[in-house]
Amino acid sequence: MIDQTQVHKVANLARLALTEAEEVQFTTQLGSILDYFEQLSELDVSNVEPTTRAIDVSNITRPDDLQPNGDRDAIFANAPDQDGDFFKVPKIMKDQEA
Amino acid sequence: MASIRELHQQLVRKERTATEITQAALERIHQLEPKLRSFLAVTADQALAQAQRVDDQLASGEEIGLLAGIPIGIKDNLCTKGIRTTCGSHILENFVPPYESTVTHKLAEAGAVMVGKTNLDEFAMGSSTENSAYQVTANPWDITRVPGGSSGGSAAAVAADECVVALGSDTGGSIRQPASFCGIVGLKPTYGLVSRFGLVAYASSLDQIGPFGRTVEDAAILLGAIAGYDSKDSTSLKVPIPDYTQSLIPDLKGKRIGIITETFGEGLDSVVADAVYQAIEQFKALGAEVQEISCPRFRYGLPTYYVIAPSEASANLARYDGVKYGFRSEEADSLLSMYTQTRAKGFGAEVKRRIMIGTYALSAGYYDAYYLKAQKVRTLIKQDFEAAFQSVDVLVSPTAPTTAFKAGEKTADPLSMYLSDLMTIPVNLAGLPGLSLPCGFDAQGLPIGLQIIGNVLREDQVFQVAYAYEQATQWHLHQPEI
Repeated sequence: MIDQTQVHKVANLARLALTEAEEVQFTTQLGSILDYFEQLSELDVSNVEPTTRAIDVSNITRPDDLQPNGDRDAIFANAPDQDGDFFKVPKIMKDQEA
Repeated sequence: MASIRELHQQLVRKERTATEITQAALERIHQLEPKLRSFLAVTADQALAQAQRVDDQLASGEEIGLLAGIPIGIKDNLCTKGIRTTCGSHILENFVPPYESTVTHKLAEAGAVMVGKTNLDEFAMGSSTENSAYQVTANPWDITRVPGGSSGGSAAAVAADECVVALGSDTGGSIRQPASFCGIVGLKPTYGLVSRFGLVAYASSLDQIGPFGRTVEDAAILLGAIAGYDSKDSTSLKVPIPDYTQSLIPDLKGKRIGIITETFGEGLDSVVADAVYQAIEQFKALGAEVQEISCPRFRYGLPTYYVIAPSEASANLARYDGVKYGFRSEEADSLLSMYTQTRAKGFGAEVKRRIMIGTYALSAGYYDAYYLKAQKVRTLIKQDFEAAFQSVDVLVSPTAPTTAFKAGEKTADPLSMYLSDLMTIPVNLAGLPGLSLPCGFDAQGLPIGLQIIGNVLREDQVFQVAYAYEQATQWHLHQPEI
């Protein structure tokens, strides 16, 4: 059974800042969904190969030709913050403490 | 209500112009949208410009294809260059795609007239369209009820004649279940038949784009226009595309139809069961050989899906980080808090729930117990279908266990919402084509859907069985009063 500590940890892995109330709610809801998954244990799958996709195709290649890739201005126009040729984000490193 | 072929005749006989047809659709949208809310955006200017191009072609004596001048709705998880594509999510509220999806590109080339982008459950996650961050779409048969989901906007728009046909996407039933709830035809094609380039990804091993129409023929014409290999989608299949309209034969002599026994169990409304049994009698009357077929692992489809789809979604949706496009939370003071705040504010509850389930199922120590096991059960479900198709041409079942439910009825309990996809999900897990078409009405006048499932790439057989039934029953002639 999943508890709130695990929910908190999973939210961190998923890069989701959950409120306390959301954590409590997800603990209950994820718990019942995971319970529901338990019925998969009724089946013996020890000698079964996994299916990764419905219709398998493999080794899809194409010639490695240069192609124009989209409209640069239209791509930058979607950016929340931008400076010259760069996407701008909040600072990554912490300020050095004196 | 005119079909594609009827409108095409009107155009080539010069009884009506494409501009007039488009204006009529835009007028109806204008009139109905306050009640229906099927569209997130109406693209009137682009539509009229496209209609004018078709009229110019006609005026200069050029031949036009069947879809030229036909008003069509496009689910808002298909990228349209220069036209905002939101996926029903706040996180993409300002996203203007710099490229066009392959399917909408093909339709534009065919002269089809996109009238707008239709509402959906956020990132196509849901069964009622109530998970849209923007609006709740009403069912045209009863506006207090949901149109189904996730392609509820497309289904409601077609059912209410706001457009002639529409595109949706189907990961676990998101075309067939709303088609069932809205009393129209909807098809999820074989995995790989239609290119997904430009479809915003939800669960990549399951997602597929498909058509909605009021008739089997309209759906067949639209599928023919969007199907085919595309080098931009490495899962797309290199197969010849038949003319699906050649399969529309009103006769089922010698056709072998299997009824999936397990779909008539617990949770199925008796009115739905009765309608489907009556449809089976109709199949027999049309000359089909009908037999019961057991797919014992069918019922494990739902838990299998709710492991696999959220797992893939948690990976696919990792891209929404507020860096290159989409919404960004401005409150953050570091890169990490920018990610977590952006995602917390940008995603709705169901999307967060599925990201959480998926992240958990893929995390260290749980991968074998959940994701790997689900993929193995997926193999068993596929084997059940393979065995069934040894002895029949198509399988039939109800599309959904009930008719359209009330708005708000299932939003508090995610599991009860998931159960409405019980009969459609196994078809996605096996990659098969599945179609829903109307097979009756319940006591409240709500449509009931029949699901027809074909073998891999046998859309032709699905269309034939659906067409023969439709022509014999005429359910498709019923229209909602809205």
